[in-house]
Amino acid sequence: MKYEAVIGLEVHAQMLTDTKIFCGCSTKFGSEPNTQTCPVCIGMPGVLPVLNKKTLEFTIKTGLAMNCNIPSYSRFARKNYFYPDLPKGYQISQYELPICEYGYVEIVKDVDTIYVLNDGETKKIGITRIHMEEDAGKNIHESASSARGGGSGGGNYSFVDLNRAGVPLMEIVSEPDIRSPDEAVEYMKKLRTILRYLGVCDGNMEQGSLRCDANVSVKPAGQKEFGVKTEVKNLNSFKFVGKALDYEIRRQIKVLEDGGKVVQETRLWDSERGITESMRIKEEAHDYRYFPEPDLVPIVVDQRWLDEIRASLPELPDIKRKRFVSEYGLPEHDADLLTSEKSTAEFFEEAVKQGAHPKNTSNWIMTGVFNYLKEHDKKEISETLLKPIHLVNLSKLVETAEVSGTMAKTTILYEIFDTGKMPEEIVKEKGLVQISDTGEIEKAVDDVIAKHPKEFERFRAGEEKLIGFFVGQVMKMTRGKANPQMVNELLKKKLS
Amino acid sequence: MKIFRDEIEHIALLARLSLSVEEKELFGSQLNSILEYMEKLKELDTKDIEPTSHVLSLLNVMRDDVPGYSIPREDALMNAPDSTDKFYRVPKIIE
Repeated sequence: MKYEAVIGLEVHAQMLTDTKIFCGCSTKFGSEPNTQTCPVCIGMPGVLPVLNKKTLEFTIKTGLAMNCNIPSYSRFARKNYFYPDLPKGYQISQYELPICEYGYVEIVKDVDTIYVLNDGETKKIGITRIHMEEDAGKNIHESASSARGGGSGGGNYSFVDLNRAGVPLMEIVSEPDIRSPDEAVEYMKKLRTILRYLGVCDGNMEQGSLRCDANVSVKPAGQKEFGVKTEVKNLNSFKFVGKALDYEIRRQIKVLEDGGKVVQETRLWDSERGITESMRIKEEAHDYRYFPEPDLVPIVVDQRWLDEIRASLPELPDIKRKRFVSEYGLPEHDADLLTSEKSTAEFFEEAVKQGAHPKNTSNWIMTGVFNYLKEHDKKEISETLLKPIHLVNLSKLVETAEVSGTMAKTTILYEIFDTGKMPEEIVKEKGLVQISDTGEIEKAVDDVIAKHPKEFERFRAGEEKLIGFFVGQVMKMTRGKANPQMVNELLKKKLS
Repeated sequence: MKIFRDEIEHIALLARLSLSVEEKELFGSQLNSILEYMEKLKELDTKDIEPTSHVLSLLNVMRDDVPGYSIPREDALMNAPDSTDKFYRVPKIIE
Protein backbone atom coordinates (compact mmCIF):
# COMPACT_ATOMS: atom_id res chain seq x y z
CA MET A 1 0.00 0.00 0.00
CA LYS A 2 1.13 3.55 -0.61
CA TYR A 3 1.32 5.91 2.34
CA GLU A 4 1.45 9.62 2.81
CA ALA A 5 3.11 11.40 5.73
CA VAL A 6 1.56 14.33 7.57
CA ILE A 7 4.00 16.54 9.47
CA GLY A 8 3.64 19.64 11.59
CA LEU A 9 6.55 21.35 13.32
CA GLU A 10 6.81 23.21 16.61
CA VAL A 11 9.85 25.42 16.50
CA HIS A 12 11.35 27.26 19.44
CA ALA A 13 13.50 30.25 18.57
CA GLN A 14 15.55 31.99 21.21
CA MET A 15 15.26 35.73 20.80
CA LEU A 16 18.36 37.91 20.44
CA THR A 17 17.72 40.21 23.37
CA ASP A 18 20.25 41.35 25.94
CA THR A 19 18.01 40.48 28.87
CA LYS A 20 15.50 37.83 29.84
CA ILE A 21 11.82 38.08 28.99
CA PHE A 22 10.53 39.08 32.45
CA CYS A 23 13.60 40.39 34.31
CA GLY A 24 16.84 42.25 33.69
CA CYS A 25 19.18 39.24 33.92
CA SER A 26 21.61 38.76 31.05
CA THR A 27 20.92 36.17 28.35
CA LYS A 28 24.59 35.68 27.51
CA PHE A 29 25.37 32.11 26.49
CA GLY A 30 28.11 30.09 28.16
CA SER A 31 28.47 31.97 31.44
CA GLU A 32 29.29 30.28 34.74
CA PRO A 33 26.28 28.29 35.97
CA ASN A 34 23.72 30.13 38.11
CA THR A 35 25.36 33.53 37.81
CA GLN A 36 22.64 35.13 35.65
CA THR A 37 19.60 34.79 37.89
CA CYS A 38 17.50 36.97 40.16
CA PRO A 39 14.47 36.51 42.41
CA VAL A 40 12.12 36.86 39.39
CA CYS A 41 13.63 34.11 37.24
CA ILE A 42 14.28 31.70 40.10
CA GLY A 43 10.71 31.99 41.29
CA MET A 44 11.04 33.66 44.69
CA PRO A 45 7.72 34.49 46.32
CA GLY A 46 6.37 38.02 46.03
CA VAL A 47 8.20 39.08 42.89
CA LEU A 48 6.53 40.34 39.73
CA PRO A 49 7.56 39.71 36.13
CA VAL A 50 7.59 42.66 33.71
CA LEU A 51 7.57 42.04 29.96
CA ASN A 52 10.67 42.96 27.95
CA LYS A 53 9.31 45.25 25.22
CA LYS A 54 11.81 44.02 22.67
CA THR A 55 10.51 40.45 22.87
CA LEU A 56 7.05 41.70 21.94
CA GLU A 57 8.44 43.72 19.03
CA PHE A 58 10.52 40.77 17.83
CA THR A 59 7.55 38.41 17.94
CA ILE A 60 5.29 40.85 16.10
CA LYS A 61 8.03 41.40 13.50
CA THR A 62 8.28 37.66 12.98
CA GLY A 63 4.51 37.34 12.76
CA LEU A 64 4.31 40.05 10.11
CA ALA A 65 7.19 38.50 8.15
CA MET A 66 5.32 35.18 8.22
CA ASN A 67 2.08 36.76 7.02
CA CYS A 68 0.29 36.38 10.35
CA ASN A 69 -2.65 38.24 11.71
CA ILE A 70 -1.72 40.23 14.84
CA PRO A 71 -4.80 40.33 17.07
CA SER A 72 -5.27 43.63 18.88
CA TYR A 73 -5.61 41.87 22.24
CA SER A 74 -3.27 39.23 23.62
CA ARG A 75 -2.33 37.83 27.01
CA PHE A 76 -0.07 35.42 28.84
CA ALA A 77 -1.03 32.14 30.45
CA ARG A 78 0.43 29.83 33.03
CA LYS A 79 1.35 26.34 32.00
CA ASN A 80 1.57 24.32 35.20
CA TYR A 81 3.90 21.38 35.67
CA PHE A 82 6.71 20.31 37.96
CA TYR A 83 10.24 19.80 36.75
CA PRO A 84 13.54 20.70 38.41
CA ASP A 85 14.49 23.17 35.67
CA LEU A 86 11.25 25.12 36.16
CA PRO A 87 11.64 27.03 39.43
CA LYS A 88 8.15 28.52 39.66
CA GLY A 89 6.30 25.26 39.04
CA TYR A 90 4.78 26.88 35.96
CA GLN A 91 6.00 28.31 32.71
CA ILE A 92 4.73 31.70 31.59
CA SER A 93 3.55 31.13 28.04
CA GLN A 94 0.57 32.04 25.89
CA TYR A 95 -2.45 29.87 25.32
CA GLU A 96 -5.80 31.13 24.05
CA LEU A 97 -4.76 34.54 22.80
CA PRO A 98 -1.32 34.34 21.19
CA ILE A 99 0.32 37.40 19.73
CA CYS A 100 0.34 36.07 16.13
CA GLU A 101 -2.08 33.78 14.31
CA TYR A 102 -2.88 32.30 10.90
CA GLY A 103 0.14 33.01 8.75
CA TYR A 104 2.23 31.08 6.27
CA VAL A 105 5.71 30.82 4.80
CA GLU A 106 6.55 29.73 1.28
CA ILE A 107 8.98 26.95 0.58
CA VAL A 108 10.35 25.76 -2.71
CA LYS A 109 8.40 22.66 -3.57
CA ASP A 110 10.10 19.28 -3.46
CA VAL A 111 13.75 20.16 -3.14
CA ASP A 112 14.98 17.02 -4.87
CA THR A 113 13.74 18.05 -8.26
CA ILE A 114 15.75 20.84 -9.76
CA TYR A 115 13.32 21.24 -12.62
CA VAL A 116 10.58 22.29 -10.25
CA LEU A 117 13.02 24.60 -8.53
CA ASN A 118 13.69 26.29 -11.84
CA ASP A 119 10.00 26.98 -12.23
CA GLY A 120 10.14 28.77 -8.92
CA GLU A 121 7.07 26.85 -7.84
CA THR A 122 6.42 27.30 -4.15
CA LYS A 123 4.23 25.72 -1.52
CA LYS A 124 2.65 27.53 1.39
CA ILE A 125 3.11 26.00 4.84
CA GLY A 126 0.52 27.40 7.21
CA ILE A 127 1.55 28.93 10.52
CA THR A 128 -1.07 28.22 13.18
CA ARG A 129 0.36 30.60 15.73
CA ILE A 130 3.46 32.28 17.11
CA HIS A 131 3.64 33.01 20.80
CA MET A 132 6.09 34.25 23.41
CA GLU A 133 7.23 32.24 26.38
CA GLU A 134 10.09 31.83 28.82
CA ASP A 135 12.70 29.12 28.52
CA ALA A 136 13.38 26.65 31.34
CA GLY A 137 16.76 26.07 32.97
CA LYS A 138 19.23 23.39 32.01
CA ASN A 139 19.57 20.00 33.65
CA ILE A 140 22.96 18.38 33.77
CA HIS A 141 23.08 14.71 34.55
CA GLU A 142 25.58 12.94 36.68
CA SER A 143 27.42 11.36 33.77
CA ALA A 144 28.47 14.82 32.61
CA SER A 145 31.03 14.79 35.38
CA SER A 146 33.25 17.48 33.88
CA ALA A 147 30.40 19.99 34.01
CA ARG A 148 29.40 19.60 37.60
CA GLY A 149 30.84 21.48 40.46
CA GLY A 150 31.70 20.32 43.93
CA GLY A 151 30.58 17.17 45.68
CA SER A 152 30.10 14.04 43.70
CA GLY A 153 26.79 12.30 44.06
CA GLY A 154 27.70 8.79 42.99
CA GLY A 155 25.26 8.88 40.07
CA ASN A 156 22.20 9.63 42.16
CA TYR A 157 21.84 13.32 41.32
CA SER A 158 21.10 15.75 38.55
CA PHE A 159 22.31 19.35 38.58
CA VAL A 160 20.38 22.44 37.60
CA ASP A 161 21.67 25.65 36.02
CA LEU A 162 19.02 28.39 35.91
CA ASN A 163 20.92 30.87 33.69
CA ARG A 164 18.61 29.91 30.82
CA ALA A 165 15.43 30.11 32.91
CA GLY A 166 13.50 33.11 31.65
CA VAL A 167 15.37 33.51 28.37
CA PRO A 168 12.82 34.70 25.78
CA LEU A 169 11.52 32.21 23.24
CA MET A 170 9.16 32.38 20.33
CA GLU A 171 7.23 29.22 19.62
CA ILE A 172 6.28 28.93 15.97
CA VAL A 173 3.66 26.25 15.34
CA SER A 174 2.97 25.09 11.81
CA GLU A 175 -0.18 23.58 10.37
CA PRO A 176 0.11 19.88 9.45
CA ASP A 177 0.87 20.96 5.88
CA ILE A 178 4.25 19.29 5.48
CA ARG A 179 4.30 16.04 3.50
CA SER A 180 7.91 14.85 3.46
CA PRO A 181 11.14 15.07 5.47
CA ASP A 182 12.62 17.19 2.67
CA GLU A 183 9.79 19.68 2.93
CA ALA A 184 10.26 19.79 6.70
CA VAL A 185 13.95 20.62 6.29
CA GLU A 186 13.14 23.22 3.66
CA TYR A 187 10.54 24.77 5.97
CA MET A 188 13.02 24.87 8.88
CA LYS A 189 15.63 26.50 6.65
CA LYS A 190 13.10 29.08 5.55
CA LEU A 191 12.17 29.90 9.14
CA ARG A 192 15.84 30.26 9.98
CA THR A 193 16.46 32.53 7.01
CA ILE A 194 13.54 34.79 7.95
CA LEU A 195 14.54 34.91 11.64
CA ARG A 196 18.10 35.84 10.69
CA TYR A 197 16.94 38.49 8.20
CA LEU A 198 14.90 40.04 10.98
CA GLY A 199 17.79 39.78 13.43
CA VAL A 200 15.49 38.29 16.06
CA CYS A 201 17.27 34.92 16.45
CA ASP A 202 20.74 33.72 15.48
CA GLY A 203 19.33 30.42 14.21
CA ASN A 204 22.09 28.31 15.73
CA MET A 205 20.61 24.81 15.99
CA GLU A 206 23.73 23.23 17.50
CA GLN A 207 23.74 25.69 20.40
CA GLY A 208 20.00 25.24 20.81
CA SER A 209 18.88 28.74 19.91
CA LEU A 210 16.65 27.14 17.26
CA ARG A 211 14.96 23.89 18.30
CA CYS A 212 12.43 21.70 16.61
CA ASP A 213 9.85 19.13 17.66
CA ALA A 214 7.81 17.33 15.02
CA ASN A 215 4.34 15.85 15.01
CA VAL A 216 4.23 13.00 12.52
CA SER A 217 1.59 10.61 11.30
CA VAL A 218 1.06 8.46 8.24
CA LYS A 219 -2.10 7.51 6.34
CA PRO A 220 -2.89 5.50 3.24
CA ALA A 221 -2.31 7.78 0.23
CA GLY A 222 -5.49 9.62 -0.67
CA GLN A 223 -7.22 9.02 2.67
CA LYS A 224 -8.61 12.17 4.17
CA GLU A 225 -8.41 11.48 7.90
CA PHE A 226 -5.04 11.75 9.53
CA GLY A 227 -3.46 8.77 11.27
CA VAL A 228 -2.39 8.62 14.91
CA LYS A 229 0.55 10.95 15.45
CA THR A 230 3.72 10.77 17.49
CA GLU A 231 5.79 13.70 18.66
CA VAL A 232 9.50 13.46 17.87
CA LYS A 233 11.88 15.51 19.99
CA ASN A 234 15.57 16.37 20.01
CA LEU A 235 15.96 17.41 16.37
CA ASN A 236 18.93 19.72 16.76
CA SER A 237 20.22 20.03 13.21
CA PHE A 238 18.72 20.22 9.73
CA LYS A 239 20.25 16.85 8.95
CA PHE A 240 18.60 15.25 11.98
CA VAL A 241 15.20 16.77 11.16
CA GLY A 242 15.34 14.98 7.81
CA LYS A 243 16.76 11.73 9.13
CA ALA A 244 14.53 11.45 12.18
CA LEU A 245 11.36 12.13 10.19
CA ASP A 246 12.39 9.64 7.52
CA TYR A 247 13.00 7.03 10.20
CA GLU A 248 9.76 7.76 12.04
CA ILE A 249 7.63 7.66 8.88
CA ARG A 250 9.09 4.29 7.89
CA ARG A 251 8.64 2.98 11.42
CA GLN A 252 4.97 3.94 11.49
CA ILE A 253 4.33 2.43 8.07
CA LYS A 254 5.95 -0.81 9.20
CA VAL A 255 3.77 -0.89 12.32
CA LEU A 256 0.64 -0.49 10.15
CA GLU A 257 1.83 -3.02 7.55
CA ASP A 258 2.39 -5.54 10.32
CA GLY A 259 -1.22 -5.08 11.33
CA GLY A 260 -0.40 -3.02 14.41
CA LYS A 261 -1.49 0.40 15.57
CA VAL A 262 0.60 3.53 16.00
CA VAL A 263 0.57 4.62 19.63
CA GLN A 264 0.23 8.32 20.39
CA GLU A 265 3.41 9.11 22.32
CA THR A 266 6.52 11.25 22.55
CA ARG A 267 9.62 9.80 20.96
CA LEU A 268 13.21 10.90 21.26
CA TRP A 269 15.58 10.98 18.26
CA ASP A 270 18.83 9.19 19.05
CA SER A 271 21.29 10.58 16.52
CA GLU A 272 24.00 8.09 17.33
CA ARG A 273 21.86 5.07 16.64
CA GLY A 274 19.75 6.81 14.00
CA ILE A 275 16.42 5.79 15.54
CA THR A 276 13.51 7.30 17.43
CA GLU A 277 12.70 5.78 20.79
CA SER A 278 9.67 5.93 23.01
CA MET A 279 10.16 8.37 25.88
CA ARG A 280 8.46 6.64 28.72
CA ILE A 281 7.06 9.34 30.91
CA LYS A 282 6.20 7.67 34.16
CA GLU A 283 4.30 10.66 35.51
CA GLU A 284 0.78 11.86 34.81
CA ALA A 285 -0.49 12.53 31.34
CA HIS A 286 0.00 16.13 30.21
CA ASP A 287 -2.42 18.18 32.22
CA TYR A 288 -1.11 21.70 32.21
CA ARG A 289 -4.17 23.46 33.67
CA TYR A 290 -3.53 26.63 31.70
CA PHE A 291 -5.04 29.79 33.11
CA PRO A 292 -4.57 33.52 32.41
CA GLU A 293 -1.37 34.81 34.05
CA PRO A 294 -2.45 37.16 36.85
CA ASP A 295 1.01 38.70 37.28
CA LEU A 296 1.13 40.20 33.80
CA VAL A 297 -1.33 42.64 32.31
CA PRO A 298 -2.82 42.10 28.85
CA ILE A 299 -1.18 43.38 25.68
CA VAL A 300 -2.97 45.65 23.28
CA VAL A 301 -1.25 46.36 19.98
CA ASP A 302 -2.68 49.40 18.24
CA GLN A 303 -2.60 50.02 14.52
CA ARG A 304 -0.04 52.80 14.74
CA TRP A 305 2.51 50.66 16.51
CA LEU A 306 1.82 47.81 14.12
CA ASP A 307 2.41 50.12 11.14
CA GLU A 308 5.65 51.32 12.70
CA ILE A 309 6.91 47.78 13.15
CA ARG A 310 5.81 46.84 9.64
CA ALA A 311 7.72 49.80 8.23
CA SER A 312 10.86 48.65 10.05
CA LEU A 313 10.89 45.23 8.37
CA PRO A 314 13.82 44.60 6.01
CA GLU A 315 13.26 43.32 2.50
CA LEU A 316 12.30 39.70 3.13
CA PRO A 317 13.98 36.72 1.46
CA ASP A 318 11.07 35.79 -0.85
CA ILE A 319 10.76 39.31 -2.17
CA LYS A 320 14.52 39.65 -2.53
CA ARG A 321 14.66 36.34 -4.37
CA LYS A 322 12.02 37.40 -6.87
CA ARG A 323 13.72 40.75 -7.32
CA PHE A 324 17.09 39.10 -7.97
CA VAL A 325 15.45 37.08 -10.75
CA SER A 326 13.72 40.05 -12.36
CA GLU A 327 16.35 42.71 -11.77
CA TYR A 328 19.55 40.77 -12.44
CA GLY A 329 18.22 38.03 -14.69
CA LEU A 330 19.48 35.31 -12.35
CA PRO A 331 18.09 31.77 -12.51
CA GLU A 332 15.67 30.97 -9.68
CA HIS A 333 18.19 28.51 -8.22
CA ASP A 334 20.90 31.20 -7.95
CA ALA A 335 18.52 33.75 -6.47
CA ASP A 336 17.36 31.21 -3.89
CA LEU A 337 20.89 30.39 -2.73
CA LEU A 338 22.12 33.98 -2.75
CA THR A 339 19.20 35.24 -0.66
CA SER A 340 19.28 32.48 1.96
CA GLU A 341 21.60 34.67 4.04
CA LYS A 342 21.03 38.40 4.16
CA SER A 343 24.75 39.13 4.33
CA THR A 344 25.42 37.06 1.19
CA ALA A 345 22.62 38.81 -0.70
CA GLU A 346 23.95 42.19 0.34
CA PHE A 347 27.48 41.26 -0.67
CA PHE A 348 26.26 40.14 -4.08
CA GLU A 349 24.22 43.24 -4.61
CA GLU A 350 27.02 45.55 -3.53
CA ALA A 351 29.36 43.97 -6.09
CA VAL A 352 26.78 44.14 -8.87
CA LYS A 353 25.88 47.75 -8.07
CA GLN A 354 29.56 48.64 -8.51
CA GLY A 355 29.56 47.04 -11.93
CA ALA A 356 30.23 43.33 -11.49
CA HIS A 357 28.55 40.98 -13.95
CA PRO A 358 25.55 39.47 -12.10
CA LYS A 359 25.74 35.88 -13.34
CA ASN A 360 29.53 35.67 -13.04
CA THR A 361 29.35 37.11 -9.55
CA SER A 362 26.60 34.67 -8.64
CA ASN A 363 28.70 31.75 -9.93
CA TRP A 364 31.73 32.87 -7.98
CA ILE A 365 29.74 33.18 -4.78
CA MET A 366 27.86 29.89 -5.18
CA THR A 367 30.94 27.84 -6.00
CA GLY A 368 34.23 29.49 -5.08
CA VAL A 369 33.04 31.46 -2.07
CA PHE A 370 30.73 28.83 -0.59
CA ASN A 371 33.38 26.14 -1.05
CA TYR A 372 35.97 28.31 0.60
CA LEU A 373 33.69 29.01 3.56
CA LYS A 374 32.94 25.32 3.94
CA GLU A 375 36.58 24.27 3.69
CA HIS A 376 37.66 26.86 6.24
CA ASP A 377 34.73 26.33 8.57
CA LYS A 378 33.53 29.92 8.25
CA LYS A 379 29.90 31.01 8.17
CA GLU A 380 29.93 34.39 6.47
CA ILE A 381 31.85 36.16 3.74
CA SER A 382 32.66 38.95 6.18
CA GLU A 383 34.95 36.51 7.99
CA THR A 384 37.20 36.39 4.91
CA LEU A 385 39.39 38.95 3.15
CA LEU A 386 37.03 39.05 0.17
CA LYS A 387 35.28 42.38 -0.48
CA PRO A 388 32.72 43.24 -3.16
CA ILE A 389 35.30 45.37 -4.99
CA HIS A 390 37.40 42.24 -5.60
CA LEU A 391 34.57 40.70 -7.59
CA VAL A 392 33.93 43.97 -9.42
CA ASN A 393 37.51 44.06 -10.64
CA LEU A 394 37.60 40.35 -11.31
CA SER A 395 34.48 40.73 -13.38
CA LYS A 396 36.14 43.44 -15.49
CA LEU A 397 39.17 41.23 -16.11
CA VAL A 398 36.95 38.44 -17.39
CA GLU A 399 34.77 40.70 -19.49
CA THR A 400 37.78 42.25 -21.22
CA ALA A 401 39.14 38.73 -21.72
CA GLU A 402 42.30 39.54 -19.82
CA VAL A 403 41.85 36.35 -17.85
CA SER A 404 39.75 33.27 -18.52
CA GLY A 405 36.67 32.46 -16.49
CA THR A 406 38.32 29.30 -15.21
CA MET A 407 41.37 31.21 -14.08
CA ALA A 408 39.12 33.75 -12.34
CA LYS A 409 37.10 31.26 -10.33
CA THR A 410 40.01 29.08 -9.31
CA THR A 411 43.47 30.57 -9.00
CA ILE A 412 42.60 34.25 -8.67
CA LEU A 413 39.62 33.86 -6.32
CA TYR A 414 41.62 31.61 -4.01
CA GLU A 415 44.56 34.00 -4.07
CA ILE A 416 42.21 36.81 -3.01
CA PHE A 417 41.01 34.71 -0.08
CA ASP A 418 44.58 34.05 0.98
CA THR A 419 46.04 37.51 0.52
CA GLY A 420 43.21 40.01 0.08
CA LYS A 421 45.07 41.42 -2.94
CA MET A 422 43.26 42.97 -5.87
CA PRO A 423 42.71 40.63 -8.83
CA GLU A 424 44.68 42.79 -11.30
CA GLU A 425 47.61 42.76 -8.89
CA ILE A 426 47.46 38.98 -8.64
CA VAL A 427 47.30 38.64 -12.42
CA LYS A 428 50.37 40.82 -12.82
CA GLU A 429 52.35 39.12 -10.06
CA LYS A 430 51.64 35.60 -11.21
CA GLY A 431 51.69 36.30 -14.89
CA LEU A 432 48.16 35.04 -15.40
CA VAL A 433 47.22 37.26 -18.31
CA GLN A 434 45.17 35.30 -20.78
CA ILE A 435 46.88 34.42 -24.02
CA SER A 436 44.72 35.69 -26.84
CA ASP A 437 47.53 35.81 -29.36
CA THR A 438 46.60 33.50 -32.22
CA GLY A 439 50.17 32.65 -33.05
CA GLU A 440 51.02 31.59 -29.53
CA ILE A 441 47.93 29.49 -29.12
CA GLU A 442 48.36 27.92 -32.52
CA LYS A 443 51.85 26.86 -31.55
CA ALA A 444 50.53 25.21 -28.41
CA VAL A 445 47.81 23.45 -30.39
CA ASP A 446 50.33 22.12 -32.89
CA ASP A 447 52.58 20.90 -30.10
CA VAL A 448 49.72 19.04 -28.44
CA ILE A 449 48.64 17.39 -31.66
CA ALA A 450 52.22 16.36 -32.36
CA LYS A 451 52.51 14.84 -28.92
CA HIS A 452 49.30 12.82 -29.18
CA PRO A 453 49.17 11.28 -32.65
CA LYS A 454 47.00 8.33 -31.49
CA GLU A 455 44.29 10.54 -30.08
CA PHE A 456 44.51 12.68 -33.17
CA GLU A 457 43.82 9.65 -35.37
CA ARG A 458 40.89 8.55 -33.22
CA PHE A 459 39.44 11.99 -33.38
CA ARG A 460 39.70 12.05 -37.14
CA ALA A 461 38.02 8.65 -37.24
CA GLY A 462 34.97 10.28 -35.66
CA GLU A 463 35.53 10.18 -31.89
CA GLU A 464 34.45 13.76 -31.46
CA LYS A 465 34.36 13.84 -27.71
CA LEU A 466 38.16 13.84 -27.75
CA ILE A 467 38.02 17.59 -28.41
CA GLY A 468 37.75 17.99 -24.67
CA PHE A 469 40.97 16.08 -24.21
CA PHE A 470 42.81 18.34 -26.62
CA VAL A 471 41.45 21.52 -25.04
CA GLY A 472 42.57 20.20 -21.67
CA GLN A 473 46.08 19.49 -22.94
CA VAL A 474 46.42 22.93 -24.49
CA MET A 475 45.24 24.58 -21.28
CA LYS A 476 47.68 22.48 -19.33
CA MET A 477 50.53 23.45 -21.60
CA THR A 478 49.69 27.16 -21.26
CA ARG A 479 49.13 26.82 -17.52
CA GLY A 480 45.49 27.73 -17.93
CA LYS A 481 46.23 31.01 -19.60
CA ALA A 482 45.06 30.31 -23.15
CA ASN A 483 41.75 31.84 -24.13
CA PRO A 484 39.56 28.70 -24.11
CA GLN A 485 37.28 29.93 -26.84
CA MET A 486 40.17 30.54 -29.18
CA VAL A 487 41.67 27.17 -28.31
CA ASN A 488 38.38 25.55 -29.21
CA GLU A 489 38.12 27.33 -32.54
CA LEU A 490 41.70 26.65 -33.50
CA LEU A 491 41.43 23.00 -32.54
CA LYS A 492 38.29 22.54 -34.59
CA LYS A 493 40.02 24.06 -37.56
CA LYS A 494 43.15 21.94 -37.15
CA LEU A 495 41.39 18.70 -36.44
CA SER A 496 38.89 18.75 -39.26
CA MET B 1 -21.11 19.13 38.80
CA LYS B 2 -19.58 16.93 41.41
CA ILE B 3 -15.97 16.06 41.97
CA PHE B 4 -15.11 12.47 42.69
CA ARG B 5 -12.47 10.68 44.66
CA ASP B 6 -10.34 9.76 41.62
CA GLU B 7 -10.26 13.39 40.52
CA ILE B 8 -9.11 14.48 43.97
CA GLU B 9 -6.33 11.96 43.71
CA HIS B 10 -5.36 13.20 40.25
CA ILE B 11 -5.30 16.84 41.37
CA ALA B 12 -3.25 15.93 44.44
CA LEU B 13 -0.76 14.09 42.24
CA LEU B 14 -0.42 17.10 39.91
CA ALA B 15 0.19 19.35 42.93
CA ARG B 16 2.62 16.84 44.48
CA LEU B 17 0.47 16.49 47.60
CA SER B 18 0.07 13.25 49.43
CA LEU B 19 -3.28 13.19 51.19
CA SER B 20 -4.63 10.88 53.84
CA VAL B 21 -8.03 9.24 53.35
CA GLU B 22 -9.60 11.77 55.72
CA GLU B 23 -8.02 14.69 53.89
CA LYS B 24 -9.30 13.39 50.60
CA GLU B 25 -12.81 13.35 52.05
CA LEU B 26 -12.43 16.80 53.58
CA PHE B 27 -10.89 18.54 50.55
CA GLY B 28 -13.31 16.73 48.27
CA SER B 29 -16.30 18.16 50.04
CA GLN B 30 -14.70 21.63 50.23
CA LEU B 31 -13.93 21.63 46.51
CA ASN B 32 -17.45 20.50 45.83
CA SER B 33 -18.92 23.41 47.70
CA ILE B 34 -16.71 25.78 45.67
CA LEU B 35 -17.95 24.17 42.50
CA GLU B 36 -21.54 24.48 43.69
CA TYR B 37 -20.99 28.18 44.18
CA MET B 38 -19.61 28.42 40.64
CA GLU B 39 -22.76 26.71 39.42
CA LYS B 40 -24.74 29.42 41.13
CA LEU B 41 -22.64 32.14 39.43
CA LYS B 42 -23.39 30.52 36.12
CA GLU B 43 -27.02 31.51 36.56
CA LEU B 44 -26.05 35.11 35.80
CA ASP B 45 -26.58 36.30 32.27
CA THR B 46 -23.08 37.28 31.04
CA LYS B 47 -23.96 37.41 27.37
CA ASP B 48 -22.82 41.01 26.89
CA ILE B 49 -19.89 40.98 29.28
CA GLU B 50 -16.28 40.64 28.12
CA PRO B 51 -14.43 37.83 29.92
CA THR B 52 -12.09 39.21 32.55
CA SER B 53 -8.52 38.01 32.40
CA HIS B 54 -7.17 40.61 34.75
CA VAL B 55 -8.60 42.60 37.63
CA LEU B 56 -6.46 45.66 36.91
CA SER B 57 -7.35 47.96 34.06
CA LEU B 58 -3.66 48.39 33.15
CA LEU B 59 -2.37 47.40 29.72
CA ASN B 60 1.05 47.07 28.12
CA VAL B 61 3.25 47.34 31.18
CA MET B 62 6.72 46.75 29.77
CA ARG B 63 10.38 47.36 30.42
CA ASP B 64 13.20 48.19 28.02
CA ASP B 65 15.75 45.56 27.13
CA VAL B 66 18.35 46.97 29.50
CA PRO B 67 20.33 44.72 31.83
CA GLY B 68 19.50 45.01 35.51
CA TYR B 69 21.28 43.16 38.23
CA SER B 70 21.58 39.47 38.96
CA ILE B 71 22.19 38.13 42.41
CA PRO B 72 25.39 36.39 43.54
CA ARG B 73 25.37 32.64 43.06
CA GLU B 74 25.73 31.94 46.79
CA ASP B 75 22.55 33.93 47.41
CA ALA B 76 20.68 32.13 44.66
CA LEU B 77 21.67 28.70 45.93
CA MET B 78 21.18 29.61 49.60
CA ASN B 79 17.48 28.75 49.68
CA ALA B 80 17.78 25.50 47.83
CA PRO B 81 17.27 22.31 49.86
CA ASP B 82 20.42 20.90 48.28
CA SER B 83 23.21 22.31 46.14
CA THR B 84 26.88 22.11 45.20
CA ASP B 85 29.00 25.25 44.98
CA LYS B 86 27.78 25.84 41.42
CA PHE B 87 24.52 23.99 40.91
CA TYR B 88 21.19 23.20 42.47
CA ARG B 89 21.30 19.50 43.20
CA VAL B 90 18.21 17.37 42.73
CA PRO B 91 17.44 13.65 42.74
CA LYS B 92 18.54 12.11 39.47
CA ILE B 93 16.22 12.87 36.58
CA ILE B 94 15.81 9.89 34.30
CA GLU B 95 15.66 11.03 30.69
